[in-house]
Amino acid sequence: MINTENIVTILATDCGSTTTKAILIEKIEGEFQLTFRGEAPTTVEEPFEDVTKGVINSIIEIEELSGRKILNKDKIITSSIRNEHKVGFKSDNEGVDVYISTSSAGGGLQMMVAGVVKSMTAESAQRAALGAGSIVMDILASNDKRLFHEKVKKIRDLRPDMILLSGGIDGGTVSHVVKLAEILESANPKPRLGLDFKIPIIYAGNKKAIKDIDSKLGDITDLKIVDNIRPKLEIENLQPSRDKIHDLFMEHVMAQAPGYEKLMSWADAPIMPTPGAVGQIIKKIADKNNISVVGVDIGGATTDVFSVFKGIFNRTVSANLGMSYSICNVLAESGYDSISRWLPFKIDEVDLTNRIANKMIRPTTIPQSMEELIIEQSLAREALNLSFLQHKQFAVSLKGVQQERTISDAFKQSSSGKTLVDMLELDLIVGSGGVLSHAPRRNQSFLMMVDSFNPIGITQIAVDSIFMMPQLGVLSSIHPDAALEVFDRDCLIRLGTSINPIIKNKSGEFDLFDYSFSYNNKNYTGTIKSHDLELLAIPYEPIDIILMPKNNVNLGNGFGQKIEARIYGGEVGILFDGRIKDSDNQIIIKNKEKIKEWYKKTKVYSI
Amino acid sequence: MSKSYTPGLKILKNTKIKKERKLPLKGGINCKIGDFVENSKIVASTYLPGNIHMLNIASQLNIDAQSIKEYLTVKIDQEINKGDVIAENNGLFGFFKTQVKSPIDGKISNVSITTGQIMISEPEVSVDIDAYINGEVVEIIKDEGVVIQSRGSLIQGIIGVGSEKNGELIFLDENPKDYKDKILVFRDSINKSQYDIYSEKGVVGIVAGGFDYQSLSDILGYRLGVAITGTESIPTTLMITEGFGDVQMSDKTYNLLKGHIGKNASINGATQIRAGVIRPEVIVTDINQSPVLQEFKEEDLIISEGSKVRVIRSPYFGKIGVVKQLPSEPVKIDSETKARVAKIEFKNNERKLVPRANLEIILE
Repeated sequence: MINTENIVTILATDCGSTTTKAILIEKIEGEFQLTFRGEAPTTVEEPFEDVTKGVINSIIEIEELSGRKILNKDKIITSSIRNEHKVGFKSDNEGVDVYISTSSAGGGLQMMVAGVVKSMTAESAQRAALGAGSIVMDILASNDKRLFHEKVKKIRDLRPDMILLSGGIDGGTVSHVVKLAEILESANPKPRLGLDFKIPIIYAGNKKAIKDIDSKLGDITDLKIVDNIRPKLEIENLQPSRDKIHDLFMEHVMAQAPGYEKLMSWADAPIMPTPGAVGQIIKKIADKNNISVVGVDIGGATTDVFSVFKGIFNRTVSANLGMSYSICNVLAESGYDSISRWLPFKIDEVDLTNRIANKMIRPTTIPQSMEELIIEQSLAREALNLSFLQHKQFAVSLKGVQQERTISDAFKQSSSGKTLVDMLELDLIVGSGGVLSHAPRRNQSFLMMVDSFNPIGITQIAVDSIFMMPQLGVLSSIHPDAALEVFDRDCLIRLGTSINPIIKNKSGEFDLFDYSFSYNNKNYTGTIKSHDLELLAIPYEPIDIILMPKNNVNLGNGFGQKIEARIYGGEVGILFDGRIKDSDNQIIIKNKEKIKEWYKKTKVYSI
Repeated sequence: MSKSYTPGLKILKNTKIKKERKLPLKGGINCKIGDFVENSKIVASTYLPGNIHMLNIASQLNIDAQSIKEYLTVKIDQEINKGDVIAENNGLFGFFKTQVKSPIDGKISNVSITTGQIMISEPEVSVDIDAYINGEVVEIIKDEGVVIQSRGSLIQGIIGVGSEKNGELIFLDENPKDYKDKILVFRDSINKSQYDIYSEKGVVGIVAGGFDYQSLSDILGYRLGVAITGTESIPTTLMITEGFGDVQMSDKTYNLLKGHIGKNASINGATQIRAGVIRPEVIVTDINQSPVLQEFKEEDLIISEGSKVRVIRSPYFGKIGVVKQLPSEPVKIDSETKARVAKIEFKNNERKLVPRANLEIILE
């Protein structure tokens, strides 16, 4: 157990699929703050095949920038090592007190989940796996309409890292979940890494079936039993499964990846899957401020979306929507027309698709020209939009960890599957990941998020300054105060507020709403027209605004209903967005001139 | 000092080549350490379990699951044919028996008294792994496979599709007469119609400088979303050495391949640019080569002044030049991104700043 009182210096790394990022956090004048950061290419793959090389390279950058000696012969000097060697503890400029890390390199954690009823226990199992930071490769259910041998083949082909098996309420029917176990038994699955290992299977189903499950799977798999994920129809109990997934991730998956054994020996806390860590910090933001939050982390291979609405946490991972390794999948899913509509210039399909494909095969390259940057950010809009649509479909009205609901609610959930994502209720969107955090202009990140998430009403937009949410997430597990202090101070960049109406009439040009407010002894008033937008550069300060929508326009209070609200500006400002959306909720872009005009008005690109 | 690595493909004339040949499941090994094997030699074999079919005997006979064994006419591991009776009830006074017959040829693999189901597996499917390259067996991975070691040339490409093949190396610019079962090298980019023409002529592999993404989609019948390939069922394996678009094969790669004209080569299109990089490759083994071997060293990937590099992204994609300067401070480039750059002198003496991340070192 770490004694947090003595912690002054914290080193945290995140080993991503492309880049390893290191941050140094120091307590200065009683407050934790980010002091230095470094990054280097991840080295899980040939010719290096040792994740610690990338970690060390990223730390060397911090050493060079800070002047602090952190490494001794390619080993991190932590307080435990300093004690061992009796090197003066807490020497001013040497070593760190704590080293922690997250990882998504090597494909992250890949799981398969199984449950008796697809929309009940299988969905709970999926929620537990996603919440723990895994990619769910397949969902096996008794009623998934696949034939027995098709399911067996799927399990054999996929070779997940582990399987979560659930099914039945405690004391209920045994045979359904045992049938699922028989499918697994017949498949006799092998893990992705290491043929000599038995695949870990976590059983989180009907207690009464434990003996039967053990007789089917006990010998051929590494069977772990945890509390039922749905002990009663109206109770969902995800935490024991999530904890076990984290344990097994360390024992089986991390231990097999190149260099991780060494990395684990360095770390003072268990290495967390990156998405699990980001989820932790998103939950903490929502809890602390009592708000509804959507968070997104767009990476090279995957895009994770997190949401907290009415206190309920959900996470989805779009396993093949990312900005490098899987960028061609964004192209395949969206198509040339959807991507090119965001471009203020013409480009032929062969040229565009070749450029995108070259990014897939050389994932660490960066856009050198403005044209390349705009193409990359157009792809990001599509990837974010697709990922968010998937999230809305999954984040349905099933309650989270250990929260009770009535039986009637349970049935409502299974039949309606109504999304929990209420855009009018949404207070804050937080973006993270290279394309958002490292955009040359903050205005670009702001508009990318507005264009892809399509907020309505009044929504704050923020970005993770340097993509440090994963490190803060794992830090929050051992030192929550330090994590939140750094989060508020250094991580979250408040970009501003976006005001987006619901519009009944989609055709023609007309006035949408009037706004008025005062800031710095100056009055701001204006009228927003359809197909138009306006950005006012107002910093992060409280603004009391009056919004008066026209009769066919709703800004949150109903059609034609006035709104008086306290909103905040930010590094970008306040966006009044009068762009019209089509029936698929996509912004209607009439022509290249129009998109150029929007980009100019929002100072997104110099074009 | 921090190191600046660039991605690099192995283009090695005379190097040690080791290939792990592993089965998907445990099985038998057909050779021993020290054996010299040809590329077509089967070095390990196993059987994949056949498809499983499930029959719910309890419900079909209207009996309790726990009593299912009393009604079975077969035993676990018993071979059965389609139509064989596998369970029956007693009927009424010995008449009107209900029988359950096997829907397939196979073997009884399991009987469950909890669910009343019986599982029948189809016959096992044999899987053989060949040596893929000519060489010596230097390691036996118990029950799983072998490691073959050889020496010769290893040429990696940037992306490929299609599985392992062997054939004689021929070059389009030499106007070959016979294409059947050969591996054909193009110096330039090719398109789908060229791929189709030579595929129909019987070539088993094509190596080219570049290819259009659209053409690749047309060959595969779908848009490749993630660069994980190798299992495509296409007749001709394809390896691209430089990238997508109109780009010529580098001199080094081309000349090395050309030096092996007429020799037997192994080609594999399998690519995985994630979770353990796998690049497509052409291997030409030659155990009579000089014992002085070229190794691939991490240090070779460090950019320094004088390094020969290729730009791997627009606007200078495909251009080759020499690093003239490596400014230490990040520089604001045209996209307004601040990046660490290199000053490159291209062949026409034009000098440009290029982000270091967009450079690939050319090993001489």
